[in-house]
Amino acid sequence: MWEAILSNRRRSRLLIGVMGAVLVVLGFMIGAVADPQAGGPIGAVIALLYWLLLLVIALAGGGQALLLGARARPIGKGDAPQLWNVVEEMTIASGLAKMPQIYVIEEESPNAFAAGPTPDKAVIAVTSGLLKRLSRDELQGVIAHEIGHVKNLDVRFMTIAVVMLASITIISDLFLRSLWFGPGRRRSAKIDPRAQAAILAVTVVLAFLAPLLARLLYMACSRQREYLADASAARFTRYPEGLASALEKIALVAPSMKGVNRALAPLYIVNPLQGLEGGAMLSTHPPTEERIKILRAMAGGAGWVDYDKAFRRVRGGNESCIGKRTLSAEGSVPIREATSEGHTKREMVERIREVDALLGRLADLILIPCACGVQMRVPHNLERDTFQCPRCGREHPMPRAAAPGAAASAGESPRKLRYERTSPGWEAFKCGCGKAIQLSPAFHAPTIRCHGCHREIEIAGRKEVPAGAP
Amino acid sequence: MLAVLILLGLLGAVALWLVGLYNSLVRLRNQVKNAWAQIDVQLKRRHDLIPNLVETVKGYAGHEKTTLERVVQARGAAVNAHGVGAQAKAEGELSAALGRLMVVVEQYPDLKANQNFLALQEELTSTENRIGFSRQHYNDSVMTYNTRTQSFPANVVAGMFTFNPEEFFELKDEAAREAPKVAF
Repeated sequence: MWEAILSNRRRSRLLIGVMGAVLVVLGFMIGAVADPQAGGPIGAVIALLYWLLLLVIALAGGGQALLLGARARPIGKGDAPQLWNVVEEMTIASGLAKMPQIYVIEEESPNAFAAGPTPDKAVIAVTSGLLKRLSRDELQGVIAHEIGHVKNLDVRFMTIAVVMLASITIISDLFLRSLWFGPGRRRSAKIDPRAQAAILAVTVVLAFLAPLLARLLYMACSRQREYLADASAARFTRYPEGLASALEKIALVAPSMKGVNRALAPLYIVNPLQGLEGGAMLSTHPPTEERIKILRAMAGGAGWVDYDKAFRRVRGGNESCIGKRTLSAEGSVPIREATSEGHTKREMVERIREVDALLGRLADLILIPCACGVQMRVPHNLERDTFQCPRCGREHPMPRAAAPGAAASAGESPRKLRYERTSPGWEAFKCGCGKAIQLSPAFHAPTIRCHGCHREIEIAGRKEVPAGAP
Repeated sequence: MLAVLILLGLLGAVALWLVGLYNSLVRLRNQVKNAWAQIDVQLKRRHDLIPNLVETVKGYAGHEKTTLERVVQARGAAVNAHGVGAQAKAEGELSAALGRLMVVVEQYPDLKANQNFLALQEELTSTENRIGFSRQHYNDSVMTYNTRTQSFPANVVAGMFTFNPEEFFELKDEAAREAPKVAF
């Protein structure tokens, strides 16, 4: 992980520098608006001092400050022996010199975050809802993800970034408010009122843009980190499924955390403001479903190489998320077995599901897997276009073969249809004539013929699914 | 004069580079040593846990004498083992003996409901995990160190200052490898 750590160090410096520059420029402009003669430099100096103060605060006690903001309380070994043990295990697996302090947040929705200026002063906070809902393996996955953030020095970067971001937002906000409610700008005889108006306009635009700019910069770095921490978690635990199923459970209940500061959101394992915050561009986390898919696609391996392969397969691109040097240093790493706790029960459930799915296939039912783990079975002759998952409420379209390209020829039945695969497992879809067609996991041919209307249907592989498709 | 200065400069640069290389090898070797110390700590933790566990189980399943004795014996052998290879073997046998004990425990519902035993069980699970993870980390560190000392140009420095390759900590016995899978 050398590259990741080095690039984090570089980015931390860049971010501190850029945010400092934004603060100074903002200070200068606000000063200039307040007093056109001498205000600019004074404003800049005040901003610079403020930036230094923030930096010191962030480095000295950033973790603690954030924990206060999140209403977390420290725990000892007796309070939650399993959590304590799991954190110690992951500290050992990652080779961290010191075990992070553990905090618990009283909160129903399951989530977790790590913070702190250095790996030695790192803290890990989990919600009580997380402890209640996760199995040992899942908890291990989550803690390994957080320890990954600590190990890759993400926590330092995040802590500094969060503190700076918050302060820029506050200053801009104060300035914009003062324009409405303040005493108004002083008129100066010596300075051209037109120039003054121009300065004011620029300052207003800057005050609007600065928080957005800082936020964008920070988001761009923050999503890559989530992938890296997932890869670290898989490697530390040697068991990607633990984190995958934990993410699934967290995503199911998470998007309703009360009292979460907007600036704190990127710290959590799954964005606690999900749903409130629209748009992939501004999102601090990659889509959880995609992270789960990548972890589940790590067939047979838990090393960097395996994560990278899965990452490229799921995202459909050639870009890698892990540095070349790390990748070349080692090969695939084998996965361990699940912890036996509840093992037999889970196995039984899996087997029952398998048999159930098999019967469904025989009865020409169409299987629609939901990201939350529920498998819906729908009769193929049901005339509806979307189905809601009974557990999590996600909407799924009825899988159908469609005419390639020209959608206009919907009325007249086209000769050739096309269906895009969405998963590597069993799949079923509806042909244009209404007949259900099953695809096995081993089906690799480019086309299949419908039993009802004998039309040829082109089967598009998963690799051709555009990035960002559900 | 200039040529001498350039030569001196070059020599200085090479010396600095060698020092850097040497230091990085020392750092890696220390990492391996630390990782080994961590395994040792965790193995001791398990040794300390076992008398308590045996006492608790005895209270409910006293007539499972052979299984209990085997655990005690394996613990004694593991405590006295020296060297990476011997210790790995003894610890593997201890893991296997503990696994068998846990299978026996399955037949005593009263024992399984005992609070003290449940707490011990969590500790034992965690200790097994810690041993596994510290072994994993040790082997990762050994791999990094060995690769580094064997590849050019570090191998020249490693040869000069006798940086010997380190031994991996492997569980040789297949039975020992299987043991942690047993249901607790």
